[in-house]
Amino acid sequence: MYAFDYHRPTSLAEAAQLLAGNPEAKLLAGGQTYIPTLKQRLAKPSAVIDLGRIAELRGITEEAGGLTIGAMTRHAEVAGSPLVKRVIPALAALAEGIGDPQVRNRGTLGGSIANNDPAADYPAAVLGLGATVRTSKGRAIAADDFFTGMFETALEPDEIVTAVHFPKPEKAAYAKFPNPASRYAIVGVFLAKTAGGVRVAVTGAAPCVFRATALEQALAQSWSAASIDGVTIDASNLNSDIHAQADYRAHLIKVMAKRALAAAG
Amino acid sequence: MRVSMTVNGKAVSGEVEPRTLLVEFLRNQLGLTGTHVGCDTSQCGCCVVHVDGVSVKSCTMLAVQADGASVTTIEGLAQGGKLHPLQQAFHEHHGLQCGFCTPGMIMSAADLLQRNPDPTEHEVREWLEGNLCRCTGYHNIVKAILAAAQTMRGMAKAAE
Repeated sequence: MYAFDYHRPTSLAEAAQLLAGNPEAKLLAGGQTYIPTLKQRLAKPSAVIDLGRIAELRGITEEAGGLTIGAMTRHAEVAGSPLVKRVIPALAALAEGIGDPQVRNRGTLGGSIANNDPAADYPAAVLGLGATVRTSKGRAIAADDFFTGMFETALEPDEIVTAVHFPKPEKAAYAKFPNPASRYAIVGVFLAKTAGGVRVAVTGAAPCVFRATALEQALAQSWSAASIDGVTIDASNLNSDIHAQADYRAHLIKVMAKRALAAAG
Repeated sequence: MRVSMTVNGKAVSGEVEPRTLLVEFLRNQLGLTGTHVGCDTSQCGCCVVHVDGVSVKSCTMLAVQADGASVTTIEGLAQGGKLHPLQQAFHEHHGLQCGFCTPGMIMSAADLLQRNPDPTEHEVREWLEGNLCRCTGYHNIVKAILAAAQTMRGMAKAAE
């Protein structure tokens, strides 16, 4: 690891100020991606700003019938929360399947979505539920506008995710085909029936999480496995790598969509 | 930077660089070499310790992040010279061969059993997702954890 300065702000305002005054600084949330990245010397920040002591960034509350989850809330907290299990059980189940228990004890919602790993689980829930990302600049960014590309988001360089608001869906479920070693999604499908229509978000399959509009249209017409069978997934923009070819990922999208449909009921 | 924390019930402190990992602080500065480093990629789980009561990979946390925390390592499990039921069960069920992964396995299992005192075999195997063993194939490790769970349930009942 290269040497860096370390800051441990206790308020969001202090963290935002440190970040704004230090363009080469990086934020540390749960560190389950960033610390391995530092260990491999793949990053050389001038300073690390640790968000771990900012109480206002943590917690799960019920809001407008849905859930608001602070950016520094750990995966294990979401997975084990009776409130999440009651309001959006699919979200608790998704959090329970991230990485391994030790990763879930440290990793955070805000860290996951700000990193926007193409195979991360949380981006699928944020996009699939039509959630809103709240930031230190007072912005409320719709999920459809937040995930802009591989490891890229709509966040400005000095902007910090503070919380995510998830509206309560009528039905929702997530199914993933994990890489057996890393548990990252080779394909993960988050499917939701919401007040605004059917939403299907796919992670792991392409350079960035995306909505499978063909599946959404088919499921809006008929919420059934037969609708999924009738859809052809375009493999031309999907990833091919050592784990899976694009056409196999296209196939898995339908398989995972059907598993999610069965789980959602 | 100066860090202070409670490790296995004792207050400790030391000077670290911000980039010092918690496992490096434990091993190099405190001499607690029971916590192992088996990989450089946060995958193997040999370095699992408890920080404020939950299991974490001490190679994927900075020592400065643990400032003020309460840390338990494998050295802190045995009480009064008596092995913890998990340690005893790993011994009795031959839950190790080379022993390198064992501290992490035991610390991870201890976190499982505090959440779920009566796990199924499947739940134990799922929980060990973050712990790699390259010798035994996990079978005896799972047996040992299930046996320890039974012992600990008996102890809890006897204490009532």
